Amino acid sequence: MVLVLALGDLHIPHRAPDLPAKFKSMLVPGKIQHIICTGNLCIKEVHDYLKTLCPDLHITRGEYDEETRYPETKTLTIGQFKLGLCHGHQVIPWGDLDSLAMLQRQLDVDILVTGHTHQFTAYKHEGGVVINPGSATGAYSSITYDVNPSFVLMDIDGLRVVVYVYELIDGEVKVDKIDFKKTTTTTAH
Amino acid sequence: MVLERAEDEEKWLAEGIAAIQQNAFYMHRALDANNLREALKYSALMLSELRTSNLSPHKYYDLYMRAFDELRGLEMFFKDESRHGVSVVDLYELVQHAGNILPRLYLLCTVGSVYIKSKEAPAKDILKDLVEMCRGVQHPIRGLFLRSYLSQVSRDKLPDIGSEYEGDGDTVMDAVEFVLQNFTEMNKLWVRLQHQGPGRIREKREKERSELRDLVGKNLHVLSQIEGVDLEIYKETVLPGVLEQVVNCKDDLAQYYLMECLIQVFPDEYHLQTLEALLGSCSQLQPTVDIKMLLSQLMERLSNYAASSPDVLPEFLQVEAFAKLSSAIWKVIDAHAEMPVVGAISLYVSLLTFTLRVHPDRLDYVDQVLGACVKKLSGKPKLEDRRATKQIVALLSAPIEKYNDVVRALTLPNYPRVMEYLDSSTNKQMAMVIIQSIMKNNTCIKEADKVEVLFELIEGLVKDVDGIAVDELDEEDFNEEQNSVARLIHMLYNDDPEEMLKIICAVQKHIMVGGPKRQPFTVPPLVFSALRIIEALSSVPSPELALRLYLQCAEAAGDCDLEPVAYEFFTQAFVLYEEEVADSKAQVTAIHLIIGSLQRMTVFGVENRDTLTHKATGYSAKLLKKPDQCRAVYACSHLFWVDDQEGIKDGERVLLCLKRALRIANAAQQMASVTRGSAGPVTLFVEILNKYLYFFEKGNPQVTNSAIQSLVELIKNEMQSDFTTQDPASDTFFASTVRYIQYQKEKGGMMGEKYGPIKA
Repeated sequence: MVLVLALGDLHIPHRAPDLPAKFKSMLVPGKIQHIICTGNLCIKEVHDYLKTLCPDLHITRGEYDEETRYPETKTLTIGQFKLGLCHGHQVIPWGDLDSLAMLQRQLDVDILVTGHTHQFTAYKHEGGVVINPGSATGAYSSITYDVNPSFVLMDIDGLRVVVYVYELIDGEVKVDKIDFKKTTTTTAH
Repeated sequence: MVLERAEDEEKWLAEGIAAIQQNAFYMHRALDANNLREALKYSALMLSELRTSNLSPHKYYDLYMRAFDELRGLEMFFKDESRHGVSVVDLYELVQHAGNILPRLYLLCTVGSVYIKSKEAPAKDILKDLVEMCRGVQHPIRGLFLRSYLSQVSRDKLPDIGSEYEGDGDTVMDAVEFVLQNFTEMNKLWVRLQHQGPGRIREKREKERSELRDLVGKNLHVLSQIEGVDLEIYKETVLPGVLEQVVNCKDDLAQYYLMECLIQVFPDEYHLQTLEALLGSCSQLQPTVDIKMLLSQLMERLSNYAASSPDVLPEFLQVEAFAKLSSAIWKVIDAHAEMPVVGAISLYVSLLTFTLRVHPDRLDYVDQVLGACVKKLSGKPKLEDRRATKQIVALLSAPIEKYNDVVRALTLPNYPRVMEYLDSSTNKQMAMVIIQSIMKNNTCIKEADKVEVLFELIEGLVKDVDGIAVDELDEEDFNEEQNSVARLIHMLYNDDPEEMLKIICAVQKHIMVGGPKRQPFTVPPLVFSALRIIEALSSVPSPELALRLYLQCAEAAGDCDLEPVAYEFFTQAFVLYEEEVADSKAQVTAIHLIIGSLQRMTVFGVENRDTLTHKATGYSAKLLKKPDQCRAVYACSHLFWVDDQEGIKDGERVLLCLKRALRIANAAQQMASVTRGSAGPVTLFVEILNKYLYFFEKGNPQVTNSAIQSLVELIKNEMQSDFTTQDPASDTFFASTVRYIQYQKEKGGMMGEKYGPIKA
């Protein structure tokens, strides 16, 4: 069982002061093995905070990030899965599943994680999965109306990944989960 | 019956006056002849007319004044011993032989006046004698006028400090005691009138009493004018004496009038120093006495006193005026739970006015008063009593007017809570008051959290409340309100861009729920407010941030259907792009952001959209590096195809973009061959292929399966060519693309059919 935290679009301090307190109390150091972050932190303090949660931190560049040297895309292998990470403002139209699928093919990954729209989504697409963890702080977005703070926790176990999404709705944390299974050990169709 | 009575009274009065005049005539004749005996006889006869029981106070007064005038002549005669040869001491004895008590006492008082003037006996003794003797007349009206006469003739003869009658044991205290006693007796008589005589209706009695009240109150005036009465004497003797009588008489008419008199007649300084005693008595008055009126009057006087000079303010602090007054008020309001709300609120208004005058820096006091108001109103529905709402508006306006700074009012936690109790139209009225104050005083609100409170207060203007739809509002009023809100937005400003951004987000949040009728008023000023900071940002080296903010604003303007404003923002973004974004990497990101934003905009008409897309594609093709050009150009293809129902779907222009991208990719390959000796990787072609597939699936008729087929062949050829650099990434990409094509074919159905002819 490998826990991967996927989050992004915090937009601290431009659009939000901090992560919601209820989220912060759940994200405890030492429990998570990897963090993948879609970008738009935007400042070093957030980077440092995430690092305290887990040293294996992967970040791609969002258009508001202070640190301009984060890569545009990143791929990594965790267990049987290949994961791809990209902020998503580069993929036009924004949030369009088919355009994101193209990126998935280009990076050749099972799980593609992107952000930018601040809207949590998880799609099974062509045997792979496209996930958007939304905005961890519920930051304003011109794309999504009334953003609820959210993040994703993936539990990778062999050929199976369970995607847990945590959303803060009206002050309460609601959890949902989605199951994915890879059909073969090679990159899935 | 009443009318008959009235007519009768006129007759009796006329008769009485005639009798007085007649006897006075004879009296004057006797005076002229220096005939004491005759003078006394006729004066007694004259004064007998005052023995009548038939007249109402108003008419009795008429009669009394006639007699009073005539007695002046008599007094002068008494004074001049040479005219009648009797010493004043003997005279004093002589007049006591008059037959009836009332004339006797009037004559006695008249002689008494002369006696005191002669200084043959101490003033205090004579006064004491007179005030006691007057007890002989217990009839309320007659007694009151008699004692009033005593008061009048003794006025200038009191043993006051600096008066000629002072000294040798005659002191101010004697004067005070005399007046106090006269006052006490007069009050008793006055109260007795209430219970006198059956068959008289209560209203008439109260009217009569009202007519007589000044006679009683006069004594308090006299007390206040005694020079020797300083704070000490007031505190120790005068006030306790008066209050004792007021409380013990248990008559609501007397209590109210006398307390009012007391408050008006004595100096405010004295009231300050005796607040506890005063307020303590207030709580002992009859339940029917309108205490809140009295408290209001007291507070008003004290407020004016405070305003008269800043030197007096420390006194207020020293006697803890606020604490005493507020606690008295809370007690009164609690004790009279049935008091209508308007009464309680007018008390709060008086207390607040007082607080603002005396303790303007004590915001906690101000908040306390508001808090008490909230407590009183809690649990009740919104106010409907117009007078009560008027009072609340006064309550809420007072701090704003006083401080000329709405921001202070915003820091009072109870302020918005009070506003909640107003009905919606008064709430709006109050909101307008707040806005007008801000505008008038040019108050600038600099913090986002204060902006939040402000919008809470003006909520009624900014959105639909209480289920009242916008359409139901009067159009002119509505426009005025919205324009005020619009103007207000410009007063919310901070030079620090970060704080300003927070302010803008706060305002935006509120005006977004205002609905389509309000937004045309409220959004433009917000947008231009935002423009101001962005301008600040672009003159500072942050053109990239400024560009992003312009795009955000454009999207926001688009959401509000403000086409020209959105267009303006895009124009500004392009200007920045062209003039300020120099770094090639930054340009790539920037142009993608512009394309991404533009792709989502639905507000533009054909012309504007064309101009903007043309610019976007133009800049895309001019990026520094060919691969970047290629990617930006094929991204532009999405500008001509929006998946939405009403979105544009211009298949031809999509294909034009893709073909242009292809040309650029080709050129890139050739350039690479020329400069490096081998062609670059086929990645770009694979990307373009994927875009072809995208539009193919969406049903763009211009993207045919043969076009796709040729592209597939092209890529295969390139990959197999020796000139091409091998690149595992592009290989994998192409492989996964081919797999995808296969996958779609195997899907069957429409998609399968579409992909059928393609061989990968």
